[in-house]
Amino acid sequence: MSEDSAWTQLKHNRNWLGFWFMVPAMAFLIFFLAYPLGLGIWLSFTDTRIGRVGHFIATENYEWLWDDSIFWLSVFNTLLYTFVASALKFAIGLYLALLLNENMPFKAMLRAMVLIPFIVPTVLSALAFWWIFDSQFSIISWSLKHLGLINQNINFLGDTTWARICVIFANIWRGVPFVAITLLAGLQTVSPSLYEAATLDGATRWQNFRYITYPLLTPIIAVVMTFSVLFTFTDFQLIWAMTRGGPVNATHLMATLSYQRAIIAGQLGEGAAISSAMIPFLLAAIMVSWFGLQRRKWQQGESND
Amino acid sequence: MQDFTRRTLLQGGTALAATGMLTGPALFDFAKAWAQSAPWKAEPGAKLTVMRWKRFVPAEDDAFNAMVAAFKTATGTEMNVFSESFEDVQPKASVAANTGSGLDLAWGLHTLPQLFPTKVLKMNDVADYLGKKYGGWTDAAAKTCKLGDDWLGIPVATNGGYMTYRKSALDKAGFKEFPKDFPGFLEMCKALKANNTPAGFALGHASGDGNSWLHWVLWGHGAYTVDQNDKIIINSPETAKALEYCKALYDSFIPGTPSWNDSSNNKAYLAGELYCTANGISIYVAAKTDASKKELAEDTYHALWPVGPVGKPTELQLALPILAFNFTKYPNAAKAFVAFMLEKENYEKWLDGAQGYLTQTLNAYESAPIWTADPKNYVFSQASKRTLPASGIGTVGEKAATAIADFIVVDMFANYCTGAKDTKGAMAEAERQLKRIYR
Repeated sequence: MSEDSAWTQLKHNRNWLGFWFMVPAMAFLIFFLAYPLGLGIWLSFTDTRIGRVGHFIATENYEWLWDDSIFWLSVFNTLLYTFVASALKFAIGLYLALLLNENMPFKAMLRAMVLIPFIVPTVLSALAFWWIFDSQFSIISWSLKHLGLINQNINFLGDTTWARICVIFANIWRGVPFVAITLLAGLQTVSPSLYEAATLDGATRWQNFRYITYPLLTPIIAVVMTFSVLFTFTDFQLIWAMTRGGPVNATHLMATLSYQRAIIAGQLGEGAAISSAMIPFLLAAIMVSWFGLQRRKWQQGESND
Repeated sequence: MQDFTRRTLLQGGTALAATGMLTGPALFDFAKAWAQSAPWKAEPGAKLTVMRWKRFVPAEDDAFNAMVAAFKTATGTEMNVFSESFEDVQPKASVAANTGSGLDLAWGLHTLPQLFPTKVLKMNDVADYLGKKYGGWTDAAAKTCKLGDDWLGIPVATNGGYMTYRKSALDKAGFKEFPKDFPGFLEMCKALKANNTPAGFALGHASGDGNSWLHWVLWGHGAYTVDQNDKIIINSPETAKALEYCKALYDSFIPGTPSWNDSSNNKAYLAGELYCTANGISIYVAAKTDASKKELAEDTYHALWPVGPVGKPTELQLALPILAFNFTKYPNAAKAFVAFMLEKENYEKWLDGAQGYLTQTLNAYESAPIWTADPKNYVFSQASKRTLPASGIGTVGEKAATAIADFIVVDMFANYCTGAKDTKGAMAEAERQLKRIYR
């Protein structure tokens, strides 16, 4: 008896068909995700320069980074930037989501307006913030001077503390819509009957939020905050367009330092090492937000003991 | 990307004629005659993709485009030219070098060809041809492009940056002429601040302006990043003196300079907020071509960089070398184009279009009409002769290029001036970063 042809197997064998349906996705993951990641990690163990094949130097790049104050400053900046911006984005996004979930006039228009910062291309919004916070031409300084509240321009992007505040502010402005709209979508899935029942039992608005809204929203919060943290941690465009990592490297994130070392200065191996050094932080961020926030018991409606 | 045709050139004829550019049939006739006798014959069907920095002076772009169109017509070479901002030229050239595709020629900044010496087409014959014909290359230009005896690219021009100041502000501060030494310069900056007409120089990651003036301060005190043998010598008493001097200057500056990029001083000066800075001639040209800034243009003058305690010029001017990648399919066309750019019939008119923004690297062009067309242009004619190579007294190469690109010197001065680090800390960090690069 002759064996079935591949076509016949495809028609009759569901496992074969399933395998072939998976092949494009696997190829995509391997070529566009796994391969670049693997290549980046490999480069970090070499002395590759732009246009020149490198040699394996084991952990030398990492050893130099370990003793590099600018690298550690970029790590500090990245953590500060991520932590502060993500926390504030969550707080503001949740507040906006709750607000937009209420019945109010012009609800549809207001929801659309919240999305505006997300629609504007990042580089354009970064350039706008660069102008807003310009040391000489800031509209904020100009207004405050004309109101008689200050005598000289605020040195927004020329002062290390101010520069950090400015880039975090810009990131929050840009990231809030993503959090707000996603949480709003989550709020829409909460059944009104739960609130009705709770209200009949005498629950206050705070108790409604604490014992109905928040637990049911937790899976969405886990997802949205995971992505928010990842986007913030790996941010590049805002910083590069606004400060190029300055002043005195006070706003250099790991992503921008990696770009400066790898592409601007030509040291691909070292840049790759900085990028690879981001991986443990990213994994940790994913673990915290995923396992910390998305507990099975909550999903199953059990108590949080 | 821009595709050049004869029609393109003729359409732009009016603008070019205004700058005295060789236009129309005369330019094409010259190009055809040149192509017939040139040592390099473009390959049949040749097609060149050229990346250059985005023009700051529109007439320079017109002149460049005219050259490109004439070359295309004379040699039959398809020319695709596109521009990138100063900061983006090097990354994109690096990507092309790394992937081995995308570009045939890249016209960039500093010691660009030294960043990937194994990926460029040797230009020894082009450099020899032009050098012999036009009185030789300036020392810094040759050092910028040479690795050993090989020319990795051709130093097309230098973008001279010089002191740009408001004469009325200097007069008010009691200075009849621009100071010629470091102490005088510091006194002037202090006096300008006292009159609320401050000076200001970029202390941020400004590839051109930041690196230029801070290397001038460093070298002017006899301090260098590395010595002739590439031994790191940044941590020295001379550097400490340079830091002290720079801090004193910084205290007299307009606030905000640590955030400045390459365009910040232009904006501040043209807005009337800044009265002295170091820049290419673009500030003056912008003021001249803007009817509303007539008074500002008349009040604007240029001066050579003051000389430091070492007693000789220590300028770092922005080199603008062009390179051809060795993976180009049309090496002869690439060489022919580079040689064509620097022929007298093109080059002097091109300098004219640039209005002083570009300075010659071939000695014969010292007498180009642009330098006497306006007395305020003259100092810029010195740029290629007075500058040191970007490596200072060290070896020009990829390590020196990396140090510049990584803002080691800029960060050292910024760290100290802003109070982020003390003298020892700022020098130690620079030393550590240089060790990383020169290991």
